[in-house]
Amino acid sequence: MDIRLDGIGHSYDDFEVMRDISLDISSGQIVCIVGPSGCGKSTLLRFIGGLERPNSGRVLQLGEPPEGCLNPLTYIFQDFALLPWRSVWGNILLVLEDHGIRRAAAKEIISDVLARTKLSDFAKALPKQLSGGMKQRVAIARALAVNPAVMLMDEPLSALDSQTRELLMDDLVELWSRKPFTAVYVTHNLAEAVRLGHRVVVLSRRPGKIREVVEIEKPLAEREYGDADLDKAQKYLWRLMREEARAADSELLHG
Amino acid sequence: MDKAPKTVIFRGGGFAPKSRRWVGVLVFVLLILFVEWGTRSGWISSLSLPRPSDVLETFIQLYNSGLLFKHLGPSLSRLAVGAIIGASVGISVGILIGLFSYVRSGLVPLVAAIFPIPKIALLPLFIIWFGIGEGSKYALIAFGTFTPTVVATYGAVDNVDRTLIRMGQSFGLSWWSIVRKIVLPGAMPGILSGLRISLAIAIILLVAAEMLGAEYGIGAYILEAGSLYDLERLFAGVVVLSLLGVLISAVIGIAERRLLGWRT
Repeated sequence: MDIRLDGIGHSYDDFEVMRDISLDISSGQIVCIVGPSGCGKSTLLRFIGGLERPNSGRVLQLGEPPEGCLNPLTYIFQDFALLPWRSVWGNILLVLEDHGIRRAAAKEIISDVLARTKLSDFAKALPKQLSGGMKQRVAIARALAVNPAVMLMDEPLSALDSQTRELLMDDLVELWSRKPFTAVYVTHNLAEAVRLGHRVVVLSRRPGKIREVVEIEKPLAEREYGDADLDKAQKYLWRLMREEARAADSELLHG
Repeated sequence: MDKAPKTVIFRGGGFAPKSRRWVGVLVFVLLILFVEWGTRSGWISSLSLPRPSDVLETFIQLYNSGLLFKHLGPSLSRLAVGAIIGASVGISVGILIGLFSYVRSGLVPLVAAIFPIPKIALLPLFIIWFGIGEGSKYALIAFGTFTPTVVATYGAVDNVDRTLIRMGQSFGLSWWSIVRKIVLPGAMPGILSGLRISLAIAIILLVAAEMLGAEYGIGAYILEAGSLYDLERLFAGVVVLSLLGVLISAVIGIAERRLLGWRT
């Protein structure tokens, strides 16, 4: 299943946040969206998953989601969004219960996703007992449980420290290599973008428009920490963004 | 710089009160001993405060004569029925206010209007509506617990983390599932702390409810002792109410530990 953004534009009152964004997200690819703060990247992600409605333009779903897909467009949030009163197991069960999956069927799915995210030993733990990195892995496991067609990731690593971030990036690459998934990955961190993105979409500052789409050819599994090609790509991206970021930084909020 | 090294002065710490178990009991004991000593040595006259040992004696008499449970029984049932009606209607209305714009706009001003009414003033009205028997007593207590419960509940619903609700929607959970599995447990801390207040108010109103048409009941007992200026019996009754308050607070404390163990 592919996603097409067709001329998305949006403003709050008379405050324009994005203008005419058109983009195709094809199956099996990770598309990273980067841009200076306030360019509407997270808002764009909420449009794609239907949590908010744009003023103009449409988000289109091309083709049918694959068989066995419970929730085609599935988010992974920056602050994990785990229910603190449910255990790891219960948090994943939450998203299965409404689809009528219980007992043995649920057990099978949950055990599988916990194994894939290396959390099998923590099924009974409450979120407060977990580190940030583990919490995000639970959120990833929860997303995997509904077998999404497209994962919508909103700065998923931004609340974590840099070492945990490296580890989780490795985990994501490993998950993708084993079974390629489609993802839209919003981040302000260029290192994450060049590490995980097949394509990196650079947005301009407000009103957000697509400035450039950068393809990164190198296969995900071959990308490593401190890779020279990635450094080059990252420098290129930074040059694109630098002026925008500076200008965005000196603007008044909602001025 | 060849002076002797100086230890950096510690200036952190504090501002983090912990519960010290027996201090509370100690305060009670010291206060009672102080009054006992004051009344015995005579500088507190027996007209202004009864002697604690006399209160205890009255209490023991009350217990031995079997009258204690004769009074306590009806009071507890009034408290239970009234508080359960008030709290459950209050929680339901509070959740509706927390979820629906029209209910909120319609009922918040109404609740604000009835909150400050001294419910005791409405007792004659309740007697006309519900009769001099148990009905008016239930109504008074229920009405008194209702308003603080509503306010606490909708405040608690407002404070439920919106990102959790967005998460529920993004996974396609039904409206009812979101309310049941996300809003309700998320609002539980606020609802329980609201119950602490409303149940204390229920005990206060118990005495008011037993002002008219009650033969037995702790409130009736206190009021009778008060009108006869029998301070020992008055205090024995007050102590029962205090203990009831402590007991309810302890029960809510247990419920909090049970239900809210997930809090950090």
